[in-house]
Amino acid sequence: MYFESLADLWSMAGHGVYVWSCYGISFAVLSAMVMLPLRQYRKQLDQVRRQYQASQD
Amino acid sequence: MANWQWFHRLGSPKWLSGTIERWLPWVLISGVLLLSVSAVWGLAFTSPDYKQGNSFRIIYIHVPTAVVALAAYYIMAIAGAVSIIWRMKVADMALRSIAPVGAALTFLALVTGAIWGKPTWGAYWVWQDARLTSMLVLFFLYIGIMALHDAYQNSASGNRAAAIMALVGTVNIPIIYKSVDWWSSLHQPASIKFTEESTIAAEMMQPLMLAIPGAYLFFIAAVMLQMRVQIARSEKRSQWLNDLANKTSK
Repeated sequence: MYFESLADLWSMAGHGVYVWSCYGISFAVLSAMVMLPLRQYRKQLDQVRRQYQASQD
Repeated sequence: MANWQWFHRLGSPKWLSGTIERWLPWVLISGVLLLSVSAVWGLAFTSPDYKQGNSFRIIYIHVPTAVVALAAYYIMAIAGAVSIIWRMKVADMALRSIAPVGAALTFLALVTGAIWGKPTWGAYWVWQDARLTSMLVLFFLYIGIMALHDAYQNSASGNRAAAIMALVGTVNIPIIYKSVDWWSSLHQPASIKFTEESTIAAEMMQPLMLAIPGAYLFFIAAVMLQMRVQIARSEKRSQWLNDLANKTSK
């Protein structure tokens, strides 16, 4: 590792707040880009299934 | 004629859905893996820039998201052209799927750029800067295309309006590329060049060479995820989707 300690890695000689916030925001946005359509898709399949079952009754 | 078979298959939502199911996990996992490795490498194992210090580590998000956000617009515009010329349903789905992904990536490029600007230029945002402004226009184009889709009662008109807007918006892309050369900008010109020696240290560049393909793979996976939703929405009355939905229950 380039940094001497984890505390150094965190503070990055004063730039830590910029660097880590960028990585944090990106992690959140990229996760949402996967989770949101995944949930929508599941919901849609559920709906299709319910309609199918209703038509069977 | 046999050579055109792939083109016809591409028009089949069922075939497309099967292909997405097969490829999605691999594309997503390899994209996330490449991005994670480059993030750890870039955050902890490279030395700081001699001028910028540690803030340069933002490059490993900023550049890949910006590069892919621009490439995504090209692909979306091509989908728009295909939609207008051949009225292909899948092209409209692709356009609708790429717009939110492109918007999210452009958002990340803008936000990480702004945060990077604070310690480097002393300001989060500079309105006079052509690179920043043209990138903001790209974000609004993506948002506008998403809004147009939903603005029409008749989905065919919405698709057509969005496709036209996507095509018209392509004028912005060369402006973004050339903005740093045409106008004076705080933003530095490209350091990675294909036609001459790159002006970035090898040590700094290596994680970037993982992050850029990683971002492309992630983009493809994110579009596949959106595409799947689009397909399920338009095919909800078809037998094959019914079978799929009942197979995946429990």
